[in-house]
Amino acid sequence: MKRSYFSTAMLAAVLAFLYVPILLVVVYGFIPNGIAMSFYDASGNFAGVTGKWYSMIFTGDNRLGALMESFWLSLTIAGLATVASCVLGTTAALALHKWRSRLQSLHHALVYTPLIMPDILIGISLLMLFVACGVDCGFWTILVSHITFCVSYVVMTILARLQDFDDRIVEAAYDLGAGPWYTFFHVQLPILMPGIVAGGLLAFTLSIDDVVITSFVNGAGTNTFPTYVSSMTKHSRNLPAVFALSTLMLLFTCVLAGLSKIVARGQTQKERLR
Amino acid sequence: MNGRKSSGKAEWLTTMPSLAWLALFFAVPSVIVLAFTFHGHTANGGVGEWSLSTWRELVDPDYPTIVWKTVRISFEVTFWSIILALPCAYAIARMPKRWRSVVAGAIMLPFWTSFVVRVFAWKTLLHPDGWLQACYLTWLKVCDWSFGWLPGFLQRFLVWTGFATAGHVDPSLATILDSETAVVLVSVYTFLPFAIMPIYTAAEKFDFSLLEAARDLGATNFYSFRKIFLPGVRQGVVSAVLMVFIPVIGSYVIPQMLGGTECILIGNKIFMRAMQNRNIPHASALATLMAVTVLVPMGAAMWWKRRQEARDRRKLDVRTNRLMTSGGAS
Repeated sequence: MKRSYFSTAMLAAVLAFLYVPILLVVVYGFIPNGIAMSFYDASGNFAGVTGKWYSMIFTGDNRLGALMESFWLSLTIAGLATVASCVLGTTAALALHKWRSRLQSLHHALVYTPLIMPDILIGISLLMLFVACGVDCGFWTILVSHITFCVSYVVMTILARLQDFDDRIVEAAYDLGAGPWYTFFHVQLPILMPGIVAGGLLAFTLSIDDVVITSFVNGAGTNTFPTYVSSMTKHSRNLPAVFALSTLMLLFTCVLAGLSKIVARGQTQKERLR
Repeated sequence: MNGRKSSGKAEWLTTMPSLAWLALFFAVPSVIVLAFTFHGHTANGGVGEWSLSTWRELVDPDYPTIVWKTVRISFEVTFWSIILALPCAYAIARMPKRWRSVVAGAIMLPFWTSFVVRVFAWKTLLHPDGWLQACYLTWLKVCDWSFGWLPGFLQRFLVWTGFATAGHVDPSLATILDSETAVVLVSVYTFLPFAIMPIYTAAEKFDFSLLEAARDLGATNFYSFRKIFLPGVRQGVVSAVLMVFIPVIGSYVIPQMLGGTECILIGNKIFMRAMQNRNIPHASALATLMAVTVLVPMGAAMWWKRRQEARDRRKLDVRTNRLMTSGGAS
């Protein structure tokens, strides 16, 4: 059959549309004039390309102190939220998979509803909870909020994995005399690991990128990377550093994705050989 | 093992952590939000006595306008996303297998850059001196020109619903930054991958030899796309619509950074009321309104899906019956 040129052309156009801003992010990391965000200096002469933002990031320059602090805070919160939501998500997925009771339909509704609610509603309702309880907003409220919205995504990812899980393996373990804890740690957990890792990666990216929920519950003075950047966009002379940092993050994730692809390919080859 | 009915200590132990967490941090806050809407607000930013004053104040003509504007922009973003996503999903699904995952990955890759950073990159792209400003002015002229061709009642309807503005736009005043167009454009940019993915997943299962059959029987490309491909992937289209429509209803970062004073949506109003004016009851009432705006299309989609399934089942029954009776007659 004749290839459809129209749809292929559309796809190419859409890909260009998606990548133009990404290209800009990379280019902006080399801007010398951070105040006007341009490659030209105040008198209109081309000021060249600079790598000073990268060297400032790597030498830990004082002018970027607050930015780097918010970046490390984001990493910390994302890491902790990932671990906590993976633990909660694994138990939840196991319970949802194993039992079909009234309790589980309530459980399922509670897990599913945050997925269809816009972020801002989760943010405002958590803010209301903290206001009603008189809690001061800060690190802990951000962490709790991030865990709350990550759990549902982790549960859904693990549940998808559990669908092709052969439950007879667990029964076989029981028949061979393994207790429930032993079965969980030595049989179910290893099989579920790819699902948990995928859910954890999703939770990590969601948490590190979240600006809506965080901006409600961060309180004064505590900023994660996204909220700090959005406050910086109004007036800052160090904006190119944000783009340089984003370029580094993009590079890092690309390398990670490439590595995971190579590892996955190696594993399937190993399985095939077996 | 699967689907066991009995509930015991093991079930409680496994369920409790996540159930308690979500009950405490999702269900209880939702109830608090609902409860706050039935309170007045005090001058110092606190929550006042029980009263209906908040709901009475919501009738203020400002709020329904904002709700409608949010819904309208969500419609526009959803429309453009689906229009762009359909041919893309089709093109990816028709590719050789090993290319598919590469292109699908390439579509999701922009998400690994921070959302705020990407929106900020757009902000510089939309600068009044940039080339997109010139495109915007041309686009306005094209819209103006084609608007003049529409019949009068349609013109009035579009102006009344806000999809079009009455009168000519002054090119010297129209900037793309701080306009509704900027918000729609960047929202489409942000949510397009979420529209492409579900349609692509549905298109991958689609049997493309049906299209060849249609062509052999004399159908044009567009006709077979409309009559065979579209119904074939409708499940994917429905979930794509929801994946775009719901987050746009709740978006507030994009209008805040790119919409200026022109484009204030419910999300921005909630943020203003909660964080700047410290009017907690008003923010809660707006959040309740938003939840309703989200749950209505969600419920409609579920109802539609159930009805479609019931209809398919009935059709199958009728066909089997006919087959069996005709088989019996011959």
